[in-house]
Amino acid sequence: MMKYSYFPGCSMDSTAVTYKKSFEYVADKIGLELFEIPDWNCCGSTAAHTKNEKMALALPARNIALSEEANPGLDIVTPCAACYSRLAYSTYAARNSEETRKEIEDIIEMNFKAEPEILNFLDLFSDPEVKEKCREKMVRSLKGLKVACYYGCLMSRPRKITGEENPENPMKMDAIIEMTGAETIEWDFKTECCGASHQVDAPKEARPLIEKIFRNAAANGADAIVTACPLCNMNLDMREEEINKLYSKKYNIPVFQFTELLAVAMGAGAEQSGIHKHFFPAFDRINEVIRANWEEEKKKAKEEAKKNPLADGPIVVGKAGK
Amino acid sequence: MDKILNREEGRLLAERIAKEAGVNVRECYQCGKCSAGCPMADSFDLMPRQVIHCLQLGDMEEIFKSKSIWLCASCHTCSERCPHEIDVATLMEKCRIEAQAKGYCGQEDVKLFNDIFTETIRYFGKSQEVILEGAYNVASGHLVQDMENVPKMLKKGILRPEMNTVRDKDAIKKIMEKTEEGGAVK
Repeated sequence: MMKYSYFPGCSMDSTAVTYKKSFEYVADKIGLELFEIPDWNCCGSTAAHTKNEKMALALPARNIALSEEANPGLDIVTPCAACYSRLAYSTYAARNSEETRKEIEDIIEMNFKAEPEILNFLDLFSDPEVKEKCREKMVRSLKGLKVACYYGCLMSRPRKITGEENPENPMKMDAIIEMTGAETIEWDFKTECCGASHQVDAPKEARPLIEKIFRNAAANGADAIVTACPLCNMNLDMREEEINKLYSKKYNIPVFQFTELLAVAMGAGAEQSGIHKHFFPAFDRINEVIRANWEEEKKKAKEEAKKNPLADGPIVVGKAGK
Repeated sequence: MDKILNREEGRLLAERIAKEAGVNVRECYQCGKCSAGCPMADSFDLMPRQVIHCLQLGDMEEIFKSKSIWLCASCHTCSERCPHEIDVATLMEKCRIEAQAKGYCGQEDVKLFNDIFTETIRYFGKSQEVILEGAYNVASGHLVQDMENVPKMLKKGILRPEMNTVRDKDAIKKIMEKTEEGGAVK
């Protein structure tokens, strides 16, 4: 059953445009049924839990309660690592203390059972049925692209909230990306912090975190970094040029959302995947890879045709080019 | 700053914070693993392990005055790696909330950003990234921060100036008001 209650979060309608486009393309391709939670609100993100614990639990709880009402029986998926963490915290708190659950109900003035599981997009695309559907829809190979999967903090930590078995070396995104033919590299900064909102409110202190992520990815031979969160993506993609200036570096590592690579491998063009909307140029890198793989396919098919002139010609499904 | 908390008050407060976090701070043997893995430690004036040490001593004043509790990015690396499963990140967070309630602030910009963020939620129900960054720049005096990215954002349609708000605004206002009455969850 590929039916989910959907909590897009605030960034999906503004800064995460490439995430949104590519996810919608992929969801449509594989026939994912999503039911957006009606009139959802901000999860409170970092601000609420910085200031007030009850607020941090109640804001996400309203969304879960709305989901229980409108989309009964469905688990909730969300694209953002922070939204995921906050929704999962509220669920965890309510499931572990009846007193807290009731207290939250009193605050939001709604029934709140904390029944749906909270899933991030890596969970969603790790589902065997979803994965199988994705595999069926792959028409292009990203072979030759070396990718550093960047998970950041909240998708793996804290373990009691995420249920991640190996918070130091998660592998879900690696397994998803491998479906596209791209090669995932081993590196050390998979779960290091990008600085989150401190890139805005404490830039001097937080910029080095981004530089270290690029440094480690580059040292381990990454052509690209792949993320699964609007903010992780923006912090890296938007600030790469600045990091190069600030630290006199020449990092040349485009930063993709993992859904962009899935979309491209399923045949999406730039408009559908959003790869031309990056801050740091990403289009050409992907185009090179697709073109090279396509040329190779063509060559192989020609040789095959020579050997066996009666066989059908190559089926060209996705054509590279602007 | 004058000592506001006497020793006994500090000790009781430290005990309460640890209890709420479900942590026994006495179990910390100062191995420093939390501090070694902390991505923000370069900017901390009090290392995570020192925060725990202060909690052991009941020296809340030292913690409340620090920048560290504000610069903590809540990445939870410390909590994940602690050999005694001390949830350092949650302790940091509780200290920050207490410090705020008592009027301390070791890092004005961080507080300002979070205050504005909370206000945008109160009035719109959804976070407004344009308003948030703009209002923060004006209020903090960092007027041109990140502005070089705005034209690119608009051109690429990454940022759209229209607002996306919650329909049931009263529901959100009520949640904010009700939760602001009391602090920690029992």
